[in-house]
Amino acid sequence: MSETADRVKKIVVEHLGVDAEKVTEEASFIDDLGADSLDIVELVMAFEEEFGVEIPDDAAEKITTVKDAISYIDSNKG
Amino acid sequence: MRRVVVTGLGLVTPLGGDVETTWANILAAKSGAGKISRFDASDQKCHIACEVKPADHEYGFDPNKRVDHKVQRQVDPFIVYGIDAAGQAIEDAGLTDMDEATRLRAGVSIGSGIGGLPGIESESLVLAEKGPGRVSPHFVHGRLINLISGQVSIKYGLMGPNHAVVTACSTGAHSIGDAARMIRDDDADIMLAGGAEATICPIGIAGFAQARALSTNFNDQPEKASRPYDKDRDGFVMGEGAGVVVLEEYEHAKARGAKIYCEVVGYGLSGDAYHVTAPHPEGSGAFRSMQMALKKSGLQPSDIDYINAHGTSTPLGDELELGAVRKLFGNAIANVSMSSTKSAIGHLLGGAGAVESIFCILAIRDQIVPPTLNLDNPSEGTAGVDLVPHKAKNREVRAVLNNSFGFGGTNASLVMKAV
Repeated sequence: MSETADRVKKIVVEHLGVDAEKVTEEASFIDDLGADSLDIVELVMAFEEEFGVEIPDDAAEKITTVKDAISYIDSNKG
Repeated sequence: MRRVVVTGLGLVTPLGGDVETTWANILAAKSGAGKISRFDASDQKCHIACEVKPADHEYGFDPNKRVDHKVQRQVDPFIVYGIDAAGQAIEDAGLTDMDEATRLRAGVSIGSGIGGLPGIESESLVLAEKGPGRVSPHFVHGRLINLISGQVSIKYGLMGPNHAVVTACSTGAHSIGDAARMIRDDDADIMLAGGAEATICPIGIAGFAQARALSTNFNDQPEKASRPYDKDRDGFVMGEGAGVVVLEEYEHAKARGAKIYCEVVGYGLSGDAYHVTAPHPEGSGAFRSMQMALKKSGLQPSDIDYINAHGTSTPLGDELELGAVRKLFGNAIANVSMSSTKSAIGHLLGGAGAVESIFCILAIRDQIVPPTLNLDNPSEGTAGVDLVPHKAKNREVRAVLNNSFGFGGTNASLVMKAV
């Protein structure tokens, strides 16, 4: 598992209050992890803070799974 | 007419995370006051408060028992306290498994005086330091006063009236009174009613201190600071927490074999129409509020055995309230006991009226009245009144009166009696 994946999963566990083993790369924030649309806004903000990246709203809308978040961060971080 | 009874209680206070722990500590004359631990208060005029203690404390509060981790992260502490106290009350009333028909007729009226001040303070700093794009998407609904009622309604599926009172320090009493009327008027059969507050944060302490409302002479002796009716009182000590009761229509409660604590028989409301923070110099609003509650109850002053006073430990307010009680009770004042439990847990602001109503209810249940701590040298105006100094007192308690008064000149009184 990449370093980005570790840090993303840690943020997801902390923000959504879910068990770490549920946070697989395939997991959907809404369907599998009980998030609502505002939780995703908050997660995206936390990713921006953690990784120093900007995630514009149109990109954020396409982040629906843990893997989406990891891929976006890996391709855009400085 | 539909009668309203109390069938469940829930408390989060500086003396306990539940009803029985709090009550045992109140009766043991313990104080919940201490140096403020939540933030560095050394540059404030007031260094002390009655904080709800952490879970590992002897009488601490564990938020993980009833409030989801995610909700805890998103909302201000007053909402966490309120959800937990509501959950306790539902469990105590034996209503954890309500069917849909019952839940359609069950509502919530849990208010707060100020709402999410710590979160407003901290997110304002985020806005100033990091810009609008870093403000939490949960900022608004995590701070709103009616979001205890909202959260409780969602958590327990309660589809009846969803209401939240905001009347400063009389919120808790107004919440219970309004909810009792909703049951009486057939809007609901069950109402969760009460109040919560959590404003022990830098701007909360600074704001009340600047309004000259807080005690500042006892920063080195926090447990001595809240001293209602004592000559040396110099302001209130801020408390925090929540109190919630289950109100239920009497026949409904009887039909399901519920444990009935007491009946809510009188509710009075009035306005001082005088000043935003100072009480009316003749206590006229307090008098009319109590008078209305008593009249509605059909009881006489001589039927009331215990008064839980508003008694905040401010120089002006305590004696004005006592003067109003004297005027209303006449000779009957010789037989009543009147104490201020704010001497032990501080002033819970919007939570006070609900928490103190619960102490009144427990006084009826256990036939004992809680003490006024630190009443070492009673003010001159207190002569001839049993203010229950220092120690709890066993006595007959048939009916009780609870007073709550708030900024803006708002007054509420409740009369409850054994069924």
